Amino acid sequence: MKISTKKRTDIIVSEIVLIVVSFIFVLPLILAFTMSLQPPQAVFSFPPKILPVGIHLQNYVDAFKTVPFGRLFLNSTIVAIMITAGKLITGTLAGYAFANFKFFGKSFTFSFLFATLFLPAELIMIVPLFSLMAKFGWVNTYWALTIPFMASATNTFLLRQHFLMIPKELEDSARIDGAGPMAYFLKILLPLSKSMIGGVSIINFIYAWNFYLWPLIITMEDKMKTVQVGVKMLIDAEGASNWGVIMAGTVSAVIPTLIVFFILQPLFVKSLTRSGIKG
Amino acid sequence: MKKWTPYFLLIPTFIIIVLFIYMPAGVSLQTSLYKVLPFGRGMNYIGLKNFLKLFSNPDYLYSVRFTILYVTTTVGVTILSSFLIALLMVKKIPGVRFFRTLIFAPYAISPAIAGALWTFLLNPVVGHVSYFFQATLGIQVEWLTSKPYAFYAIIFASVWKILPFDMVFYIASIQNVPEEILESAMIEGASSMNRTWKIIFPMVSPITFYLVIMNIVATMFSSFAIIDVMTKGGPGQYTTNMIYRLYLDGFYFQKAGVASAQSVILVTIMIAVTMVYFKLGERHVHYQ
Repeated sequence: MKISTKKRTDIIVSEIVLIVVSFIFVLPLILAFTMSLQPPQAVFSFPPKILPVGIHLQNYVDAFKTVPFGRLFLNSTIVAIMITAGKLITGTLAGYAFANFKFFGKSFTFSFLFATLFLPAELIMIVPLFSLMAKFGWVNTYWALTIPFMASATNTFLLRQHFLMIPKELEDSARIDGAGPMAYFLKILLPLSKSMIGGVSIINFIYAWNFYLWPLIITMEDKMKTVQVGVKMLIDAEGASNWGVIMAGTVSAVIPTLIVFFILQPLFVKSLTRSGIKG
Repeated sequence: MKKWTPYFLLIPTFIIIVLFIYMPAGVSLQTSLYKVLPFGRGMNYIGLKNFLKLFSNPDYLYSVRFTILYVTTTVGVTILSSFLIALLMVKKIPGVRFFRTLIFAPYAISPAIAGALWTFLLNPVVGHVSYFFQATLGIQVEWLTSKPYAFYAIIFASVWKILPFDMVFYIASIQNVPEEILESAMIEGASSMNRTWKIIFPMVSPITFYLVIMNIVATMFSSFAIIDVMTKGGPGQYTTNMIYRLYLDGFYFQKAGVASAQSVILVTIMIAVTMVYFKLGERHVHYQ
């Protein structure tokens, strides 16, 4: 009896703490949403509102007028899809090589790829990658925004790890049936890895969508910038005072990732934690 | 033909990492030894002078000190609080899945957006967090433009952004702690405090080490967007960390030589941190 009362208090206390903590974590998003619907006269209400008083969509219209968000959305979408697709191709191919083949130089190439983890993208971007892009004549292009990021060690390792878990017998029986290595890869390995590929794609999509430093330095014209940079442009343009409009832009920038995230969360949490726990 | 298959499979990945990671890194290493004249007027070899200049430059040394303070505070707070929250999240509590989803949301949000959200929340006129501090503690400050509040502001945004990632890993690894170990500890009368710090925390230490490294990288490098959006390194250069300093010197002031030397220093730090990680990991980490 005593234990069960103790247990019940424990559960109630934990429940309360969790409600408070999760509330704190989503609160910034709720408040940003509220602010984005606030007419200008309500922006400065004191104390500030938690839930919207009305629905004032003009802020969204204004945000899209101040900064060419329509175009920036298109850019971010193109960039995120191209990087995700590119990483999927390079990652599955290389992951397959490392998981299913024995070859001369395997451990060297593997370490060579692994060592890139010591070279954070931000460091490469600021001076040398920028000059390289200038030499290629790629400044202000989608090529510069995407191609340099179409392969990564983490991406390859996640896929390799998954391919290693697929029973070897499948490969052997495919070979006995006369299927070549590419036929096995395309017809058996990839279809069996759908959920992992899905998870990895979401991680890569969010990563690419959230790029900030690179589009900031490699694009000169507004029409080539991305949504992330757009939010900063909006803050600068509105002089950090017209918060309804700024938050309208911010909320718009967040919506795509949040949708992807909430719909596909179970899938991708699994892939994400696998990288650290089993890897 | 079959013998060559794995090499063909690796070609796309290797073209990209050689061309866009190793080559630029090599150029950086080389440039760090040169004085680069502006407007492409060539470069002069000056040996280690760029490095020596950095070590006697008070602005640079300040950015190093600030980085250490910022990284240790952010990582410490994040690791500890994410572990504690994860302990609650593994309990059989109604709605726990829902809470997990909610807390996890900031993971999907970019550092730039996190910066924008917190700039708004801390705004002295319209911000709710600013209002909260005013109402409860009577603190009424310009969060982003005064010392030391600009530092706290960046910490809030950083922890908020990074914590969800850590929490997910902690939840997964706490769930992996064998039930029998916890039960036998319970039978032997270990208090829940003891169970937490003497059993669960050591059992998940491999994940803690992994997360510490990931968080150090995130606070050293991805923090760029948070700082650029929130404070632009200010007031003055109060919140200029090493990556922001590198951006200013390399991109803004076009000092390629000095910037490259900074890149080399940062990579060296990365390698050092990772080596410490592996060394300590071998010795102290309890593997399940």
